[in-house]
Amino acid sequence: MSITRKAVAALFVTGALAAGLAGCAGTPGTPGAAGSGTLTVFAAASLKATFTTLVAEFEGKNPGTKVVLSFAGSSDLATQITQGAPADVFASADTKNMAKLSDAKLLDGTASNFATNVLTIAVPPANPASISSFADLAKPGVKVVVCASQVPCGAATDAVEKATGTTLTPVSEESSVTDVLGKVTSGEADAGLVYVTDVKGAGDKVKGIPFAQSDQAVNTYPIATVGSSKNKELAAAFIALVTGSEGRKTLGDAGFGTP
Amino acid sequence: MDHANNSAYQAIPRWVYALAAAGGLFVLLPLAAMVARVNWPQFIPLITSDASLTALGLSLRTSAASTLLCIVFGVPLALVLARGQFPGQRVLRAFVLLPLVLPPVVGGIALLYTFGRQGLLGKSLEIAGIQIAFSTTAVVLAQTFVALPFLVVSLEGALRTAGTKYEAVAATLGARPTTVLRRVTVPLVLPGLASGAVLSFARSLGEFGATLTFAGSLQGVTRTLPLEIYLQRETDADAAVALSLVLVAVAVLVVGLSYRRGRAWIPAEAAQ
Amino acid sequence: MTFTLDATLGARGFDVSLAVGPGETVAILGPNGAGKSTLMAVVAGLLRPDAGRASIGGRTLFELGPGPHAWTAPHQRGTALLAQEPLLFPHLSALDNVAFGPRSAGASRSASRETARHWLAEVDALPLASRRPGELSGGQAQRVAVARALAADPELLLLDEPMAALDIHAAPMLRRLLRHVLAGRRAIIVTHDVLDALMLADRVIVLEDGRITEEGPTREVLGRPRSRFAAGLAGLNLVTGTITAEGIRTAAGQLFAGQHDDVPGPLTTGPSTSGSDGVAVFPPSAVSVFLSEAHGSPRNSFPVTITDLEPHGDQVRVRAGELSADITPAASADLGLVPGMTVYFVIKAGLVSIYPA
Repeated sequence: MSITRKAVAALFVTGALAAGLAGCAGTPGTPGAAGSGTLTVFAAASLKATFTTLVAEFEGKNPGTKVVLSFAGSSDLATQITQGAPADVFASADTKNMAKLSDAKLLDGTASNFATNVLTIAVPPANPASISSFADLAKPGVKVVVCASQVPCGAATDAVEKATGTTLTPVSEESSVTDVLGKVTSGEADAGLVYVTDVKGAGDKVKGIPFAQSDQAVNTYPIATVGSSKNKELAAAFIALVTGSEGRKTLGDAGFGTP
Repeated sequence: MDHANNSAYQAIPRWVYALAAAGGLFVLLPLAAMVARVNWPQFIPLITSDASLTALGLSLRTSAASTLLCIVFGVPLALVLARGQFPGQRVLRAFVLLPLVLPPVVGGIALLYTFGRQGLLGKSLEIAGIQIAFSTTAVVLAQTFVALPFLVVSLEGALRTAGTKYEAVAATLGARPTTVLRRVTVPLVLPGLASGAVLSFARSLGEFGATLTFAGSLQGVTRTLPLEIYLQRETDADAAVALSLVLVAVAVLVVGLSYRRGRAWIPAEAAQ
Repeated sequence: MTFTLDATLGARGFDVSLAVGPGETVAILGPNGAGKSTLMAVVAGLLRPDAGRASIGGRTLFELGPGPHAWTAPHQRGTALLAQEPLLFPHLSALDNVAFGPRSAGASRSASRETARHWLAEVDALPLASRRPGELSGGQAQRVAVARALAADPELLLLDEPMAALDIHAAPMLRRLLRHVLAGRRAIIVTHDVLDALMLADRVIVLEDGRITEEGPTREVLGRPRSRFAAGLAGLNLVTGTITAEGIRTAAGQLFAGQHDDVPGPLTTGPSTSGSDGVAVFPPSAVSVFLSEAHGSPRNSFPVTITDLEPHGDQVRVRAGELSADITPAASADLGLVPGMTVYFVIKAGLVSIYPA
């Protein structure tokens, strides 16, 4: 019978371990605090600067409210919500990931589009390869870094390539736009295709070179209340702020467009 | 080494077994969960896709190359650390082992500022016509950086265990230092060297952060299997899971091989 | 072609000078920690002394200290070392172990194996040629190790307690073998065993606390010991003191009467003269044990406290501090001896040798 005892003990310990880990992963807000104003917002990584500003504004207007922000790639966030992560609001960098949740009936109501973003060419401040147009990126010897087709910025890149009839031979296809920007800011790449907001956010570390065909691939950002939210009123209030005039101004300052 | 089950006293309390079982489960359960998620009907097409095979081939080739580099530089490092006596030895050891505890992405950044276009050596290399960024060489460098400590640690341990007695005897028999190294030291620590090389290979195979930061990601050039998995995960979870399983299988094979090949010889005093 | 050594190591309190002639075998005797292994390591080049010099013939092994510096690496010294453990390379066969020296000296594979076969035959180990060290017994392995050391053709063979790790059956065989191969060969052998010194060495050096305390032909040192260590090895009692007309007076004032023995030894400065330092040496068999002070002869009767009783051959050795007596088991039982008891040691003056220290 000792085997059974050992197994039971092992299971008990495993259970305790799992409970401990679950405790670690949980948000600081407890279910009881939901009514008193704790809001968890899952937002695409590209929204980090703007949403941090907007949350400060929101908390100022609603004393006693606490907003917890979690930034990551949109598909990661969508996966986490699917797996039951306790989010109240989800702001995605593309409509595809929002559609995933909508299709899975995980949203409360419908999503509203609150911003757009377009691609631009980022080059190191000195512009060593003298890039001035999208066609310049296809010149031999130019080290271009883009997003891989599997991620939203890569899909946008493909669309622009198709629209302009230019085929790029990138030296690297990164899995996130921040990695593309990193390769440009470090001077490894001569140019990278990133979002307008990324260039703005990078300050003087990179130079942005807009190109006309960028409107061929406009990325739309939707936001929605998550169905499992226990604080839907507060979530709606936050969404109203983001889609309202304050939100529009902050987003516009960061380079986002209006849908 | 055969333990008769009913003979030896084992000083392990029962509760230790329970905790050990929990620890084992903690590692096995996620692997099992992953296996359970594999889309078996599509498994073969998923892992034999062009992108997958290219990534696997690149991973194996770069890992083999970085293992070779680890041996070339790691063996002398381990020798110097285990046998040498010089000021700064402890500091050198600490630095060599640093990549073990460093987040790989930090390693990638450090490599970038060394071998990158704007880096410490990169500028001179570029003048010499050598470009490392975005090349397979960059992948090998990133893997070597993170894998080197594994070889050094295993080998230094083996060297210390082997001691210097055999080497001293060899020297008094007239063997010059290089002969002692080739004919006595290296054969004595060969099991340690082999397991160090296997660990380095496995670590290289799993390298992700430093590669992503330093080498970029391009099919057939720098996109190794872990990077391919990371990318596939964005759109095709089935492919990511299938490839993860391939990586697990390769890792199990490699580690299993290294532990299965027992000590080829045991010093006489230990055999008695 | 003499080997000379003169070395000091401050940290270990080591200060030794010695010379070994061609074809001469010298045994180094001494208690644990006396510096015997240090001496071997210094000669082999595994340990660097603070100062001193060593040479074989005209060849300098090292010269350290003020003035010119020279250091010959161990592999260029021609001083093969055979240690307590055989230390056969575990990954090589017995044959290739023995061939290691010639191979390192540049001989071809086949020539070095030929040499190895010769030396394996010399130590009666040719049938073991193809075995791995793990497949050899302790005695077999040590024989192969002897062959390996000899195959390197050393100008000076260093043997550091080669018999110490062997069991009592293997040791005599190896001792006979060494006697055979050391004949006419220059060697230094460190040993604990007086038998090794008697059988293998032409000359004995006693090392205590890093210094040479006694030196001379084996028979002389063991027959007329001047150090307590050598006396112990020879199984003799040794008492130091001042020479008087009757014998030796110790620092504590006890008088050990005996026969003046003035045969000059190599270190003897002259005939025993009253007042100079001397020793009284006598075998344990010259000592009788009594429970009370002897009546007839007041000479050489000393009260002692028994510290130990131990079997010694078919006798019982009664130890009392530095002195010991050998008596029959029956006598021991009759007297009811136990450690801690106070008894009288009575020494036959006719068996006590007195000579200068």
